[in-house]
Amino acid sequence: MPATAEVVLTESALDPMLPVLYRIHGVKQETDDTFTLELSPTHSNGEAAFAPGQFNMLYVFGVGEVPISISSDPAKAPAIQHTTRVVGTVTKAMRRLKRGDMLGIRGPFGTQWPVAEAEGKDVVIAAGGIGLAPLRPALYSLMRRREKYRKIVLLYGTRTPEDILYRKELEQWRGKFDLEIQVTVDRAASSWRGNVGVVTTMIPRAPFDPTNTLVMVCGPEVMMRFTAQEVLKRGVPANRVYLSMERNMKCGIGLCGHCQYRGYFVCKDGPVMRFDEIGSLLNTAEV
Amino acid sequence: MSTVANAPRESLPKANSVKPGSSVVVPTDGIEALIQALICRGYEVLGPQVRDGAIVYGPITSSRDLPAGWTDEQQNGKYRLKRRRDGALFGYVLGPHSWKRYLYPPIQKLWSADRSQKSFDIAEEQPQPAKLALLGVRACELHAIALQDKIFLRGPYVDPGYQRRRQSLFIVAVNCCEPGGTCFCASTDTGPKATSGYDLAITELLTGNDSKLLISVGSGAGAELLSEIPSTPPNKLDEEAAAAVSARAAARMGRKLETGGLKELLYRNVDNPLWDKVAARCLSCANCTMVCPTCFCTTVEDTTDLTGSKAERWRRWDSCFTLDFSYIHGGSVRVSAKSRYRQWMTHKLAAWIDQFGRSGCVGCGRCITWCPVGIDITAEAQALRDSEVIKPGLETLRS
Amino acid sequence: MTLQTLEPILREQPFFVGMEERHVELITGCAKNVRFPEGQYIFREGDPADQFYLIRNGRVSVQCMVPHRGVTTVQTVGEGEVLGWSWLFPPHRWHFDARVQQETHAIEFDGKCLRGKCEHDHDLGYELFRRFIEIVGERLEATRLQLLDLYASHR
Repeated sequence: MPATAEVVLTESALDPMLPVLYRIHGVKQETDDTFTLELSPTHSNGEAAFAPGQFNMLYVFGVGEVPISISSDPAKAPAIQHTTRVVGTVTKAMRRLKRGDMLGIRGPFGTQWPVAEAEGKDVVIAAGGIGLAPLRPALYSLMRRREKYRKIVLLYGTRTPEDILYRKELEQWRGKFDLEIQVTVDRAASSWRGNVGVVTTMIPRAPFDPTNTLVMVCGPEVMMRFTAQEVLKRGVPANRVYLSMERNMKCGIGLCGHCQYRGYFVCKDGPVMRFDEIGSLLNTAEV
Repeated sequence: MSTVANAPRESLPKANSVKPGSSVVVPTDGIEALIQALICRGYEVLGPQVRDGAIVYGPITSSRDLPAGWTDEQQNGKYRLKRRRDGALFGYVLGPHSWKRYLYPPIQKLWSADRSQKSFDIAEEQPQPAKLALLGVRACELHAIALQDKIFLRGPYVDPGYQRRRQSLFIVAVNCCEPGGTCFCASTDTGPKATSGYDLAITELLTGNDSKLLISVGSGAGAELLSEIPSTPPNKLDEEAAAAVSARAAARMGRKLETGGLKELLYRNVDNPLWDKVAARCLSCANCTMVCPTCFCTTVEDTTDLTGSKAERWRRWDSCFTLDFSYIHGGSVRVSAKSRYRQWMTHKLAAWIDQFGRSGCVGCGRCITWCPVGIDITAEAQALRDSEVIKPGLETLRS
Repeated sequence: MTLQTLEPILREQPFFVGMEERHVELITGCAKNVRFPEGQYIFREGDPADQFYLIRNGRVSVQCMVPHRGVTTVQTVGEGEVLGWSWLFPPHRWHFDARVQQETHAIEFDGKCLRGKCEHDHDLGYELFRRFIEIVGERLEATRLQLLDLYASHR
């Protein structure tokens, strides 16, 4: 334990609690309760790069701040996009912002999807609901260097066909590249010509080699839990399955304590976490 | 590293070379000179004093402010002050305050922002903190400060406010002569003797009429300050007396915490019915987190004035016991009081080790004393341990 | 289609893995290849349930007519999956509609015929019921997840 005199102190660069201003370039309504903001920084910012899976803390002037995953192509940074649902005061206020308005952003924070580790393997991306948004940057990164990976399979489940996110993009991807996309919904009117059923039911027959696959899952916790079980049933080792966890965050930098998940801080040990490390916690209530 | 920048002082009678690692003896009233020397150097001196029926920390301008002749009686949910038979300066232990209120204040303004047309400008709060001198820091508190240093200075993100306040800190530690009724620093290996992390450490030697202070030097800044005060080198009896103070204190702890395998014990007992029992008593009042010297959780509040053109961001102490601490859209993760008590205790004694390499508990006993229903963390830990004991002839009581 | 041509096809299906030679033969005796064009109803709610189907390719929607909501699809069944278990227990009637979404090739099994054979040969009955209980269990789990409505907004 150091004596007072030995406390090592370095000058911190930008105070991590100070937001940086980003201008809104576009607001897109995706579904009836989900929208996307397109943003870029007002000053050139050398540290604007982000990794797929990371999140920012988004501040609406005078209202508050929320953590939201970045949902755009990392290669297009410093321009970024955030897709979010209207679930509370801040997101409601965010929805009312228009082109030209400013947002305060702190970040990027958190761990990333293991895109590098996926090289040479099959990749299964399982998304539930708005869980597709934090996975989209990983998809962009994988597609950018498609030859590095073997089969890429996207399994996407959502509530109804009206809730399908990024429809145009999914159709483009399906058509353009060697990427298997299977979409399913929990229920649909008879006009829907696609799959109906939970996303976990698509795993037993999905075309991947369990002995050489990396799985990335994002969605409601229950969906991630059951999805992980299904891929494990097929023989994928638990240390090749990655989930994106979510918890209350006030600072995003590991100091406020709100996002703790037993010994982990979801803001700095996550949000992307490996199933073999947190599997038992997922089955424990109120942790 | 403490910045004690002052004009060169007149040289005063020096007993002998005062340097880090050495000790000197001053008469008890030498404490006044110590306090004044700190004040002269521009320090705001903070120390123990009697107020509102307890010994709390506050500004000290002279040794008369100290609670000389007072002691405290502490048990589960009980704290009383009592008069001592002697005039000991430091014959008590800890009150509800811990030093974190000065290093990481309960309410901090982080920044303010002004709306300007379609945009806004943010101005960081960068107050120049007063140089603080903490007088009367116990060994457990030194460890608590070191633990908070781990969080705020040695993580991937440094807290600039904590850094500024920590930078200019002068610490005068005190070695406890009488452990409190709820103390268990001997179990957590955080006392009762201060071993490092201080500029000066005082052991009060109460030897009848002739009481004195043995002061150990922990840093160059400490040595420099001490050299101003008339002192004598300690003799063998003084040194033995000082050692005995700590040894006696170590043997008279009010509580004991069995720490072997404690982390694993807590992790594997997540469904133990004992949690429901303690939850039935716990009020989720958050007292324990407020008095705990290592609890560090805060919340962030974004406010605006009535015109909507000025905004501010404030940071405020928070507690994992509140229902909305773990709130995410739709509801809280930890709804039941049981899960929140379990979270606090498991974090303090187990998860802290995974996060920071050490237990978060320094054995100060404040949570036991200040719990309105008298929940005792050491007793709860023991109850969990006992619930796993295999009784001959019966099945394991493991849940 | 003759017995000889169908048997090897059946053996390939995951449903038949681990089944004894003689049981597969027994079942094949009740099987035939079928094709359904897009839009056709394979069965309707209330009809007698005397068949089940192993989908070889295509997609079938399991639907329910809900007043005020219209026809709602609660599940789709595709390649390699089994459609229909109401043949297994009285009153042997379908509880939902099954409508073809994409032209479907399937193997149709005569449930009445199989029920008779199972009464006669309980070992055969055990093999069939064991496999069906697993399918029904999976469907129940999937349905429960659908029931949780995980993607709904919290209000």
